[in-house]
Amino acid sequence: MTIASEPANDQASRAAGIWAWVLNFLKYGANSDPNDPKVWFFRHPLFVRITHWTNVVVLTVMLMSGLQIFNAHSALYWGYQSDFEHPWVSMTAQQNDDGSLKGVTKIGPWHFNTTGWLGASKVGGQWAVRGFPSWATIPGPQWLAMGRLWHFFFAWLFVANGVIFASLAVYSGHFARDLRPKESDITGLPAEIAHHVKLQFPKGDAAKSYNGIQRLTYFTVIFIIAPLIVLTGLTMSPTLDAAFPFLPWLFGGRQSARTIHFLCAFSFVLFFIVHIVMVVLSGTWNNFRSMITGRYEIEQPGGRHG
Amino acid sequence: MAEGATRRGFLMRGFAGAATLALAGCDSISQQPWADPLLRSAEALTKSIQRLFEGNHALAQEFTKADIAPSFRANGTLDPGTADYRAHAQKNFSDWRITVGGLVEHPLSLSMEQLRKMPSRTQITRHDCVEGWSCIGEWTGAPMAQILALAGVKPNARYVVFYCADPMADSDGDGVNDSDFYYESLDMVEATHPQTLLAYNLNGQPLAIEHGAPVRVRAERQLGYKQPKYVKDIAVVDSLEKIGGGKGGYWEDQGYNWWGGI
Repeated sequence: MTIASEPANDQASRAAGIWAWVLNFLKYGANSDPNDPKVWFFRHPLFVRITHWTNVVVLTVMLMSGLQIFNAHSALYWGYQSDFEHPWVSMTAQQNDDGSLKGVTKIGPWHFNTTGWLGASKVGGQWAVRGFPSWATIPGPQWLAMGRLWHFFFAWLFVANGVIFASLAVYSGHFARDLRPKESDITGLPAEIAHHVKLQFPKGDAAKSYNGIQRLTYFTVIFIIAPLIVLTGLTMSPTLDAAFPFLPWLFGGRQSARTIHFLCAFSFVLFFIVHIVMVVLSGTWNNFRSMITGRYEIEQPGGRHG
Repeated sequence: MAEGATRRGFLMRGFAGAATLALAGCDSISQQPWADPLLRSAEALTKSIQRLFEGNHALAQEFTKADIAPSFRANGTLDPGTADYRAHAQKNFSDWRITVGGLVEHPLSLSMEQLRKMPSRTQITRHDCVEGWSCIGEWTGAPMAQILALAGVKPNARYVVFYCADPMADSDGDGVNDSDFYYESLDMVEATHPQTLLAYNLNGQPLAIEHGAPVRVRAERQLGYKQPKYVKDIAVVDSLEKIGGGKGGYWEDQGYNWWGGI
């Protein structure tokens, strides 16, 4: 009996150990030591939390309705006008011998078979010629007029949300304290990247402010890419090009602006993916809770109490 | 590896599932009777802000001959195809007349010859389609402002409506469009803008049928669908409500914004 129960106990305690690790990982992330004490830290003021979650909704709608609009002409060009023979990106469909569709995505000289994803995909069980698939667009089916209504309504919300955030960030000192990159962020970048790769996230006092990579990333996304996506969006308006001729000049033409707009949108997507991965690795629950309640738990390494 | 792949598959399915849910939400919202007016409410804001910045007379950028597209893309109707239009085309549109009526002191009926003899404007501009592409071409035509001045617009005029020769629907199902003729409207600011023309030449040649022969509108600060082709009758009105579907144009009646500046 005792001989048989020992491995079972061993297994049970190993399972309990794994389970405890998973729970701790979900709560505090990859490099947390469950034995280290935690202290509360007020991390996110109310305006950051509200504008953050507003942005989650607004940017999702902007991206998906933007892809609907893109699908009306699923090709991108550089310059003032469309050189239809030479888009630098295009998503097209070819008819196979059996009548089915093959989606072909071209990027520069490269051709990819993207059937089911880009160029040709199913809408309600039927194959359709379309750039992005219906699950990625608002509305799902091809409906340019409705996509434009969504896009141009939420564009105002995006701008309003951004202006509110930026004003309060500057006014409250959040910008100067947490977001404005420092010289040391650049010089310390290799070391910071190494820390991230080894999943060594800051603890103790160092966790009370953003690290260099965070500052550089948030600054780029909020104060460079976001204004850029708004300005390139405005440049696609023929009325605003008449009002502000420097806009198309600045971006090398309306079609270049459309290209940059698209690249900015995908920079957001890339940021979004990395952002979610980092949230998970550095403690899903702790991060999530701090963006809802503002309060964040900081681990004090070596048992120091703060 | 296999474990990682499964986990990735699980995550991907999770994302796709979430996207589908969100999408289903947006699709059902798109169908709600209150959604359209709510989303559309941004149009008035967009229009007033854009008008504030463009003013009444800011000109669209003009280009040089070197910028002209080797082949100007034709879109929308490529040939009206009606017996009436074919007859006009065979006679090189020599009998084509453009009438100007509605809220004007002196209704006009202009032949192509008369239109071509009026003082003209030539401009090399960028055409922006609502689909997203652009083409540069050289347009020659009579400024709309001059035609409206000739007709004498009454003080209560608010819009200029263009009725066209291209049918957009096939009423008897024979595969040939025969009803729902294209129409569009501009407000007085856009209609009297110096670059708004009744254009009859593209790149120095009379308009080809695919480009709207014999005459089309150019309104350079607006998208392509606001610049109708095959123009026949022009009416100055104080309201768009009783015309067509009441939204100010063929595409507007299909849900597109009346404000085509964006």
